[in-house]
Amino acid sequence: MGNLIIIAVGSALVSNVVLSQFLGICPFLGVSKKVDTAAGMGAAVIFVITLASAITIVIYQFIMVPLGVEYLQTIVFILVIAALVQFVEMFLKKSMPSLYNALGIYLPLITTNCAVLGVALTNVQENYNIIESIVNGFATSVGFTISIVILAGIREKTEYNDFPMAFRGTAIVMVTASLMAIAFFGFSGII
Amino acid sequence: MNKYIERIYNGIIKENPTFVIVLGMCPTLAVTTSASNGVGMGLTTTAVLILCNMLIAALRNFIPDKVRIPGFIVVIATFVTLTELLLSAFLPALNDSLGLYIPLIVVNCIIMGRAEAYACKNGVLLSMFDGIGMGLGFTMALTIIGAIRELLGTGQIFGFTILPAAVYEPILIFILAPGAFLVLSMLVAAQNKINLINEKKAKEAAKAAAKAE
Repeated sequence: MGNLIIIAVGSALVSNVVLSQFLGICPFLGVSKKVDTAAGMGAAVIFVITLASAITIVIYQFIMVPLGVEYLQTIVFILVIAALVQFVEMFLKKSMPSLYNALGIYLPLITTNCAVLGVALTNVQENYNIIESIVNGFATSVGFTISIVILAGIREKTEYNDFPMAFRGTAIVMVTASLMAIAFFGFSGII
Repeated sequence: MNKYIERIYNGIIKENPTFVIVLGMCPTLAVTTSASNGVGMGLTTTAVLILCNMLIAALRNFIPDKVRIPGFIVVIATFVTLTELLLSAFLPALNDSLGLYIPLIVVNCIIMGRAEAYACKNGVLLSMFDGIGMGLGFTMALTIIGAIRELLGTGQIFGFTILPAAVYEPILIFILAPGAFLVLSMLVAAQNKINLINEKKAKEAAKAAAKAE
């Protein structure tokens, strides 16, 4: 149990997926204008990454390892993730239309989010078992949500600030992200 | 021959994937802790990009339009796996320092973007040159960012000491995560500044022309 808590805290805060591993930068910079949309994206990411890490680790351990085709992991994982996102989209549209509408356009965007593939590959690299992989996937995506919601909050507050012309747009968002990354160093003392 | 050279110019300067189209930010930020890492990642991506562009261009009349995206993903993932295995066999040091980011070339939007925007509509040879141009543009951008971070963070470029410790106290933060965001934000701001100055000049020139008339 202690082991799982260490994995969870480590992935969510200490080596935060966006601010220290640089995965999922595109949605982090692109969908962080408003707290509401950022939270929506975060929810979609939590859902997909947790599911994807569970499915990929099961496929890896019960199909790929017995067949001795571990070297195909990149190809298999990316196809599984692409298919999964499509499937989740169709399933939600049919059976949970309210959740589908809430997540909206964010679902298809997730296929291009490198954090999903990154987590699946990390699980294999670190030799996590099934439970550890699911916890790692969930914690990583919670870490993503935390950082994107904080960034969106800061961007809302600073929207009308008088930045130098050259820094308006992406540049000042990156400066903000840089300061957040420094702040997240503070968590490295936890473990 | 001219249109082949035009492709390379287009990739490096006019449509530079990092500075102009702003694609593939994750590897750009993650692996640029030193100039040599930047070159390594850039060239690896270039190799994958050239091979994918060529194969997709060759198959462009065979892949049905409806399943082209999954088709592209399979082609890209295959070449990335090949590259990964070759790197771990022949350049294990580079493989270790790039680590997870080599399999993640699969989701690098530059490769998918070129397949969709260029290779599936043009011939094999033109697509190859497009891949070379785009790849070199990406490599150049990564090397510049890597060199700036390495210089500020350790006082070295490509491992050679440029600023000795007696003259310059290295600012470690530049080779850590926050430095990546900071350097990139400064480069984006510098580019914005140049664009603003150019716009101003163009406006003044237009005004002067209007007055002369």
